[in-house]
Amino acid sequence: MADFDAIVVGSGCAGPVAAYELARAGKSVLVVERGTFAGAKNVSGGRLYTHSLRAVFPDFASQAPLERRVVRERISLLAPDANTTLDFTDARLRTEHAESYTVLRARFDPWLASKAEDAGAEYITGIPVETLLRDGGRVTGVKAGDDEITADVVILTDGVNSLLTGQAVGAPRPRRDQVAVGVKEIIELPERTISDRLMCADGEGAAWLFVGDATHGHVGGGFVYTNRTSLSVGLVATLSDLATAPTPIYQMLDDFKRHPAVAPLLAGGEVVEHSGHLVAEGGLDAMPPLVGDGVLLAGESAMMCINAGYTVRGMDLAIAAGQIAGQQAAAALTAGDTSAAGLARYPAALERSFVMSDLRTVRKFPGFMEHATRLFTDYPTMARDMLRQLFVVDGTPVRPLRKTLPPIARRVGYLNLAKDAWKGARAL
Amino acid sequence: MSQLEPITVNVDEFIARNKYEVDEDNPHIELVDHPDSEAFLELVRACPAALYKVDANGNQRFDYAGCLECGTCRIVGADTVIAKWRYPEPTMGVEYRYG
Repeated sequence: MADFDAIVVGSGCAGPVAAYELARAGKSVLVVERGTFAGAKNVSGGRLYTHSLRAVFPDFASQAPLERRVVRERISLLAPDANTTLDFTDARLRTEHAESYTVLRARFDPWLASKAEDAGAEYITGIPVETLLRDGGRVTGVKAGDDEITADVVILTDGVNSLLTGQAVGAPRPRRDQVAVGVKEIIELPERTISDRLMCADGEGAAWLFVGDATHGHVGGGFVYTNRTSLSVGLVATLSDLATAPTPIYQMLDDFKRHPAVAPLLAGGEVVEHSGHLVAEGGLDAMPPLVGDGVLLAGESAMMCINAGYTVRGMDLAIAAGQIAGQQAAAALTAGDTSAAGLARYPAALERSFVMSDLRTVRKFPGFMEHATRLFTDYPTMARDMLRQLFVVDGTPVRPLRKTLPPIARRVGYLNLAKDAWKGARAL
Repeated sequence: MSQLEPITVNVDEFIARNKYEVDEDNPHIELVDHPDSEAFLELVRACPAALYKVDANGNQRFDYAGCLECGTCRIVGADTVIAKWRYPEPTMGVEYRYG
């Protein structure tokens, strides 16, 4: 007889939702979290698409510690001395099922954990799980500190830098081209100042992604998310490319903060936290097996993350995967079979959900991004030079655009432009 | 020989704003003896906390105390610089207040 029906390792987005579903199904469940509280070790860029949270907790908006609803989307091609921005607002972004909110994980995750606890899940915090208990090929529990705790099923939701998924399902250590490093600073500013600078009402905010000089032309990008009284400002850079860059990631971030397009946003603000986190960027093809005998994986421990360039998603996938994992683990427990075959209902259900569908849709994008080097170097300066022809009036005789624009595009090459457009379109 | 451009930012100043329980007795990351200089430079570039430094005299410096526990060096330095990578002991390490 095991100590618990289920043990969940890690309390981020996937873990507590899985525990909540298990507890609601009448199963005994223990969550083991290495932070002294849920969220203490967790970092995200900043924005949660809330459709999957709504599916679990319809009343989340009135309960959860959310920062601002995102109603302004911006994407910029950042050149060293210029910036070209697409700015999108849409009433649709305010509709219930299309909403997204900025979040700070040290505030949001404790709330999510409390939902699991209220439903009956037990929690141990402050203890990392270093080893899984095994009986032959089967996972039978966890070793947490000096304690050995057993369960009929173990759910690994311990994040992208899991030291356990290799033990559980033989997941290889991610390759350098499959993960990026994220670095982020929280910069405090008055609420109204943020609203004014991003042209938003209080309670509403912006998500702003930058490609190009944010990473000094290397594969990755910059971001600014508006929290209620702070900005989340950071970079993500793919490790395979960063490893030979002439500038360290933290220097890139400092340069980004000083860029003329970014600095006015941050002026007068104070850095109150400097954080780092890995980001799973390999997409579907980097995902490990989702189940083994007595064990299943959900969220970023299973590399569930989508970076499509204009949208970056991990938390909504983790919440949905956690819900499905919890429900299917409960069903497998009831059926009395938590072997890999008995747990196969979990990947099957995940396959029917948006999670695998969306991961499949953008399957080719990681490979495209990695080789779309022009996106990070040539296109930001091409946009700058073309727009200079439109907007710079300095008294020199103006030449027709039909004469000035084509040579700028020819610098990159029409064939390269067509190739990138075609490959990008095919990858999305 | 790959070169780094001059580093002007002092990340230690930002790291100092974070909350930590530093485990002085148990380094959770240990390096191999005499890391290869190119491999070490990769970690200088990739560590978001600037824990890997090469000083003015060309000496390699590493301090686990400001670790953000992201795992970047575990991936980048896996077969070269990193001898041991674990999470800090119970209740130790960084404690994010914002995340």
